[in-house]
Amino acid sequence: MKRWAALLLLAVAWSAHAADAPAPLKLWHAYRGGEETALLQATARFTETTGVKVDLLGLPYDAYAHKLTNAIPHGAGPDVFIFNHERLRNFHSQNLVAATAKDFVRADYFANTVEALEVDGTVYGYPLSLKSLALYVNTDLVPRPPASTQELLAMLPSLSNAAEGRFGLVYESGDFYFHAPFLFGFDGPLFDAMGRASFDTPGMARSLAFVKRLQDERWMPQEVSGALVKTLFNDGRAAMLISGPWFAGEIAPSVRYRVVALPTVSETGTPMKPFLGVEAAFVSARSEQSARAHALARFLSVGEASRVRTTVGRQIPADVAAYETQEVKEDTLISSFREAARDATPMPNTLEMARVWEPMKLALRAVLQGGVKPEDAGALADRRYRALHRERPSDANPVPWLGFMGAMALGGTAYVLMRPAGARSLRQRYPDLTRAATYVAPAAAGVLVLVFIPFVVGLSLSLFHHDAGQYTFVGLANFVDILASRGYSISEPLSFYFTLAVTLLWAVVNVVLHVCIGLGLALLLRDPLLKLRGMYRVLLIIPWAVPNYITALMWKGMFHRQFGAINGLLALLGLEPVSWFTRFSTAFAANVATNTWLGFPFMMVVALGALQSIPQELYEAAEVDGASRWTQFRRITLPLLKPAMLPAVVLGSVWTFNMFNIIYLVSGGEPGGGTDILVSEAFRWAFQRNEQYGFAAAYSVLIFLVLLGWSAFTKRLLRSEESA
Amino acid sequence: MKKPSWLKMAGIHAGLSVMCMVTLYPVLWVVKMALSPVDGMSLTANPFPDAVTLDHFRAVLWSSDAQGRWVFGRQLLASLIVGGATTGVGLSLAVTAAYALSRFRFPCKEGGMQALLITQMFPATLMLVPIYSILQKLALLDSLTGLVLVYATTSLPFCIWMLKGYFDTLPRELEEAAVMDGASPFQVFIHVVLPLARPALAVTALFSFMTAWNEFVLAATLINDPTRFTLPVALQRYVGEYKVEWGKFAACALVVSAPVMALFFALQKHLVGGLTAGGVKG
Repeated sequence: MKRWAALLLLAVAWSAHAADAPAPLKLWHAYRGGEETALLQATARFTETTGVKVDLLGLPYDAYAHKLTNAIPHGAGPDVFIFNHERLRNFHSQNLVAATAKDFVRADYFANTVEALEVDGTVYGYPLSLKSLALYVNTDLVPRPPASTQELLAMLPSLSNAAEGRFGLVYESGDFYFHAPFLFGFDGPLFDAMGRASFDTPGMARSLAFVKRLQDERWMPQEVSGALVKTLFNDGRAAMLISGPWFAGEIAPSVRYRVVALPTVSETGTPMKPFLGVEAAFVSARSEQSARAHALARFLSVGEASRVRTTVGRQIPADVAAYETQEVKEDTLISSFREAARDATPMPNTLEMARVWEPMKLALRAVLQGGVKPEDAGALADRRYRALHRERPSDANPVPWLGFMGAMALGGTAYVLMRPAGARSLRQRYPDLTRAATYVAPAAAGVLVLVFIPFVVGLSLSLFHHDAGQYTFVGLANFVDILASRGYSISEPLSFYFTLAVTLLWAVVNVVLHVCIGLGLALLLRDPLLKLRGMYRVLLIIPWAVPNYITALMWKGMFHRQFGAINGLLALLGLEPVSWFTRFSTAFAANVATNTWLGFPFMMVVALGALQSIPQELYEAAEVDGASRWTQFRRITLPLLKPAMLPAVVLGSVWTFNMFNIIYLVSGGEPGGGTDILVSEAFRWAFQRNEQYGFAAAYSVLIFLVLLGWSAFTKRLLRSEESA
Repeated sequence: MKKPSWLKMAGIHAGLSVMCMVTLYPVLWVVKMALSPVDGMSLTANPFPDAVTLDHFRAVLWSSDAQGRWVFGRQLLASLIVGGATTGVGLSLAVTAAYALSRFRFPCKEGGMQALLITQMFPATLMLVPIYSILQKLALLDSLTGLVLVYATTSLPFCIWMLKGYFDTLPRELEEAAVMDGASPFQVFIHVVLPLARPALAVTALFSFMTAWNEFVLAATLINDPTRFTLPVALQRYVGEYKVEWGKFAACALVVSAPVMALFFALQKHLVGGLTAGGVKG
C-alpha cells in the first residue's frame, strides 16, 4: 500500500511541476522537422529582441483543431497558434481568434493571403506562408513540361507502361484537395450564387470524366496514396506528380526535377487553379497577454523570422519583402511555387467549405473505384451533402421535461421511503452497514463522478442540438430525425437502419468466429499430456496482448493495395491483387479478419478454463457406456461449457458492438460509409461533422438501448440455463 | 483417458501449428518492417527481413524534441506512471468494493451492481465530451493525475465484477475462523482474503494495466504536452494522415507491445483460472 501511495504522490508531484513555471507566451503549432526547427529559431530571435519567453508546443496534426476548440474556451489554450486559414470561420464563430492589432499592414503581404484571413471585412491572423499544388516534373523523363492538358495527354502514352509499373502522372486522386484544380480548370464552380455548395454541375462531370480517363488508360495508378507517389517518383517510375511544397523534402537526391505551374485545361482555356492555403499566426481571443501575443504573431510573419522560415523551414513566405532577399531569389523551388500559386484560389474559409469534403470524397471514390458514371456522381454528392448538413431542429420547451423528471424523482424517493420496512430499523436490517460503507465509498465516489455523471450527461445531451458552441434544447427532434431516416432512403449507408443492420451482422459474424475458433483451439489444447502445450498457448495469446489500435494499423497496412502482404500472398498464388476497400464485401471481410485475429484468444482462454472444470470421470463413465466421441461432446462438453461461456459471449458481443478502433482505422467506413457501425457513425457526427454532439448522443442512446435489450435477452437465457 | 494414437497427435500438432502461423504472420511482418532499412512497405509476402538494421529502433528510442529534451524517455516514464498508478488505484478501489458486494448486505446493492454493468453499454468514445468538462472543472486537464483517475474509474466496473465473482467462490469458513482467533475484520481482509484471491488479483491487475497502457483516444484528447504523452499517443506521430513512417511505427509498436506481452506470459497460468472462476457465476 505504501509503495502505491508513493507512486501516486510522485505522479501528482510530476504533473504539478509542469504547471508551476512563470507565464511565458504559449505558442501551439503542428510543425515537424525543418519547419519546427525554423520556428524555434524565429521564436528564439523574438526572445532575444523583446526578452519575452515563448513556450512552444508541437501537437499531432490530426488532433490539433479539436484540441484548440476544446482548450481555448476553457482558458487552457495558447496565446498564439499557427493554423491553416480554412477553419478560420469556424474558429471565429466560436470566438477563439482575435482580430489583428493596429500595426498590421496589409501591404506587407500578398493580397490573396490577406483576403484568405478576412471574415466580414476584418482580418484575423498574420499570414506566414502559402501552400498550394504544383506540377513536379522528372526532367530526365520530361524535358519540356506540358503547358496544357492537350500536351499532357499527348505525352502520357509514351511515359506510361502499367505492366512495368511506370506511370506518366501520379497524385492522390481520391482526395478532393488534389481534384480541386481539375474542377476549377473545367470551370466547375464549387458554390452557387447563394454560396451554397453545389456538386451536380457540368464542370464537375467533365473534370471527373477527365481523371477517370487518366486512370482507365492506365496512365495513372489506382488508389494512389502519398506513400505510393513518393515511391514511384523516387524510383523514376513516375514522370510527373502533383503535390505541394512539403513534398520537396521527400525526393531522393538522385532524382532531377523541377516545379512548374499546373497546365491549362485546353477545352476551357482556364488554368488548373489549385486551392491556396495560407498558414497564419492567430492570436487567441482568450489570451491574457494580448499585446505581447500580437507582437509575437507579427514578428513571426515578417522580416528576419520570415527569412529563417523560408531558408530553414522551406516554406513559401507570404510577405512581399522576403522575395527581395538574395537567398530567396536564388531559391528556384520557392520562386516556382510562388509562381504556381499566382492562379491559386484562396480556399474559402466559410463553414460551407468544411461541409464539402465528405460528399466530394464520396463522389471521387465512387467514380474512380466504384464504377459510378462521372455524370451521376454530382447528384450522389448532393444527396450526401443534404443528409450531413442538418438544419437546426426547432426549439422545444424544456418545462414539461423538467416537470416529468421532477415527478420521476419525487415518485422514486417516495417509493423508497414508503417501502414496507417492517418494524426493524435500517441498522437491524443491515448489520454490516458501516463496514460496507467504508469499503464501498472510495470506489462509489470515483464511479459517481467519472462514470455515472458523464453517463447521465451523455444521455441528456441527446435532447439538445449543438452548433458552434451553443446548445439549444430540442426535445426528441434528434431521435425523430434518426428514426425517420430523414434525408436518405433506408437502404443507404447513412441511414440508421442500414448501419444497425451492418452492426448486427458485424457483431454476429465476429462473435461466432471468436467462439468457434476459440473453442476449437481449446479442445485441441485441453490434453494436459500434449507436448509443447505451453508454447502453443503462449503463441496463441499474443494477439490479445497487442494493443488493438496497433493491430488495426498493422492489418490496414497488410491490406494495402500496392504494398500489402495480403496482396503479396495473392500474387504468390498467381492471383490478381484485390482493392480491399472499394467494395462492401471485401472491406467488411478485412474488418472481420482483423477483429477475429485479435478476439479469438480471449474466448480460447475462457474455453480452456471451462474445459478444465469439467470432471474427467464423466467422460470415463461415458466411455464405459460406449458413447461415441461426438455424443460425449454433445452430451457432456457442450452443456457444461455453456454456463461458463455465456457470460464471456455476452461480454464479447458488447465489446464487438462498440469496437470503434477497428472499423475506424481499418476500413475507415469505406466504401462510402458502408462499413461504418453505429459507434463509428456516432463518432463522425460528434467529431467530424461540425460537432453535432446532440445528434451523436442520440445515436449513442440508441446503441445503449439496443445493448440493453440484448443483455436483458441473454439474462433470460442464463436464467433458463440455471433452472434447466 | 486412453493414450491417443500418434496419428491423432500429429493431426492436433498440425492444426495448432497452422493456427500459430496465422497468428504470428502479422507480428513477423511488423518485426520485418521495424528491422528493414527502408521506411516504407514493399510488396512481398515473405515475413522475414532481407536486411537488418536497428536504425528505426534507435530513431524511436532516442527521439527528442526540437528543444533537445529526450521525449521518448519522458513518454515512457509517463506511461509507466499512468499504468502503475491506474493499477494501484483501480485495484485497491475494486478489491474493497468487490469484497463488500460479495460479503455484506447493504441498501441499493443489487441496483448498484446492475447500474455498473449498464454504464458499460454506453459507447466510451461519446463519454469524452462530458469527461473533458468534468476534468476541466476539477483542474485536472493535461495532467497525468486526471488521466489516472479516468482510467481507474472507467475500468472499475469490469474489475469489480471479476473480483466479486471470485470472492463468491471463496469459502467463508476461513474468515470466520480467523475472526475466532481474534483478528480484526480488516486484518482478515488483508491477511486471509487477499492472499486467497491472488489469481483473480493478478488478472484484474493485468487488465487495469492494459487499459492504461494501451488506451489511445482519451489520452490523445486530455493531454496536450508531448512530454507527457503516453506511448500510444506518441506512436501517432509516425502514422500521419499524409505520411506513414512504417519502419518507425513498427519499431514503436513493438516497444509498446513488449511489456504487455511479457506480463501476459508471466501471468498466463493465472489467466485461465482467474477469468473462469469469476465468470462461472456471471
